[in-house]
Amino acid sequence: MNGTAGNGIAIDVKGLTKSFGGREVVHDLSMQVKRGSIYGFLGPNGSGKTTTIRMLCGLLTPDSGEGTCLGYDIRRDAERIKRQVGYMTQRFSLYQDLSVRENLEFVARLYGMRDARGAAAEMIKRLGLSGREEQLAGELSGGWKQRLALGACTLPNPQLLLLDEPTAGVDPKARRDFWNEIHALAAEGLTVLVSTHYMDEAERCHEIAYIAYGHLLTHGTVDEVIAKSALTTYTVTGDDLNGLAAELTGKPGVDMVAPFGTSLHVSGRDVTALETSIAPWRDKGGLHWQKSHPSLEDVFIELMNRSKDNFQ
Amino acid sequence: MSATDISDHGHDIRERFGFWRRSYAMVVKEFIQLRRDRVSFAMIVMIPVMQLLLFGFAINTTPHNLPSAVLLQEDSDLARSVLKALENTAYFRFTREVHDVDEFDNLLKSGKVLFGVEIPRGFERAVRRGDKPALLVAADATDPVAASAALGSLGMVVQTALQHDLYIGDPPEMPFEIRAHARYNPAASSRLNIVPGLVGTILTMTMLIFTALSVTREIERGTMESLLSMPIKPVEVMFGKIVPYVLVGFIQAFLILSIGVLLFGVPVLGSLTLLALLSTLFITTNLAIGYTFSTIAQNQLQAMQMSLMFFLPSILLSGFMFPFAGMPVWAQYLGEGLPLTHYVRIVRAIMLKGATVQNLQYDTLALAALMLVAMIIAVTRFRRTLD
Repeated sequence: MNGTAGNGIAIDVKGLTKSFGGREVVHDLSMQVKRGSIYGFLGPNGSGKTTTIRMLCGLLTPDSGEGTCLGYDIRRDAERIKRQVGYMTQRFSLYQDLSVRENLEFVARLYGMRDARGAAAEMIKRLGLSGREEQLAGELSGGWKQRLALGACTLPNPQLLLLDEPTAGVDPKARRDFWNEIHALAAEGLTVLVSTHYMDEAERCHEIAYIAYGHLLTHGTVDEVIAKSALTTYTVTGDDLNGLAAELTGKPGVDMVAPFGTSLHVSGRDVTALETSIAPWRDKGGLHWQKSHPSLEDVFIELMNRSKDNFQ
Repeated sequence: MSATDISDHGHDIRERFGFWRRSYAMVVKEFIQLRRDRVSFAMIVMIPVMQLLLFGFAINTTPHNLPSAVLLQEDSDLARSVLKALENTAYFRFTREVHDVDEFDNLLKSGKVLFGVEIPRGFERAVRRGDKPALLVAADATDPVAASAALGSLGMVVQTALQHDLYIGDPPEMPFEIRAHARYNPAASSRLNIVPGLVGTILTMTMLIFTALSVTREIERGTMESLLSMPIKPVEVMFGKIVPYVLVGFIQAFLILSIGVLLFGVPVLGSLTLLALLSTLFITTNLAIGYTFSTIAQNQLQAMQMSLMFFLPSILLSGFMFPFAGMPVWAQYLGEGLPLTHYVRIVRAIMLKGATVQNLQYDTLALAALMLVAMIIAVTRFRRTLD
């Protein structure tokens, strides 16, 4: 049907740049997302995740850069992209003064679905919202609102879902259900691009990308991202970890010191420098040192610290 | 890619009549939202009824029973006749009788009376002698509208009184004076002029505000982001937002006209169908202008301010409040650019003069042109992205 369908790439963009009022929000961003995969988009607040997603679905025009979304040019074919993309906004953006059923019927009609009522009724059943269909969307709880929003953007059978922090402010049970639903949709062949702050959610993605200050810093599978970081991490347990953390911070080769529950993660990219710096404490009594793999969070926090120095 | 490609994906989506289906989706949504918004819904009925009752009863450019004072310096039959005659015009109501000039002046200055009538000493005798004595009528002319009609009636009223009571003056003048008197008959009420104009004024206000808020509200509530990510076109959004209010405007026009006819006795001499058709055109023009404001304004407050900026000149320059022909030429040109100007002419002509569509060609075309211009601006101004 179109150029890139055959090679299985849903999103393929190069050099996307966008500024608002002279401030560059997204800088030279390139990414590829495979069809049928769940692609996690991570990064601190204000890093340009929302702006990138909006450029992908035609809500914003990039200042420079080019690319395709589902084989359509993101600059010229915004209208066609809109037909096949479901976009779930960060803030609930369905009509609060319309009921669950009315919201879904509105979406179904806008997309020209043959049986808008039937499609809405089916979706209500699928979402488990039966019995609430006449409730106003504004009166739903956070978790239900989020389910409804997901339902509304999957209703017209899109090929690509763009979800902007869909689980912000939602309880753990609802989050788990939501992710099960996303995996079910991906299994049906849908491509999902989802932005999130949660590490556990990142680990449920097939691929992830980390973006900070408008720069895409790393991408790949979780294991690839960890391997690429070239980070060596020691986990320390024992007494007075706070004191130890204070002493280690800023030593050569120690890029990051972060407490994790009852242990302390000490990480650095330069193994030799790191080991030289921690040597004096290695044999100290009451401390237990163990060389371990960095967690995804270690990698991201280290990336964030580094990018802060580079771009701010 | 073509329509068949989309259905190849197994999506049950139709491409034909897309415009109508998407506009319909928008119309249904707007109707539901309107129904849920109790305050707006109440406004649809309350605004026309309240305004019409208020203005219909309150605005009267030929006021009556204006408080007046009399300084009576002689107590003669003739003086009493003159006062009686003045009171019979129904313009004057003598609320005070004063005895010196200072008191007379103070009452006028303080606004306690609008008129003062002074009948000088030796008035009757001077009249009998043919000396043409002066009868002073001082008016508080700060409100010229209130004063002028009453002042205009004075001359002949006094003469009539004199002729009736004292058989003085030229009998041949009688028929002329009676005719002149009829011109100021209370039956020539300004309501006949005001009620038709009010139909247009009230519609302008409500229609402008309803659509002026429509797009900015979606932006402020955050729903615009969702709407823009869906395959709907600017024209379809506009149609969806205008159509429900055409019906609302129609209901309002019906309410106002019913009250005008039933309560104020305003006739509808011309064709009701023509009135309904042209009213619909006028309603749509205003909705299109309001919608245009909505696509320009950044938020609901700005949209509201723009509506007021448009509403005020509409009232003042349309010929609703002041005679159009009396305005300077530049103001008349400005007035021609306002839909209310044309509608006030149309509605007055149909209701009071029984005008037909042939008489109203110019104003009808002007309304249609204004509507088209507003719609074109709105569709081009509508932001399809969040840039």
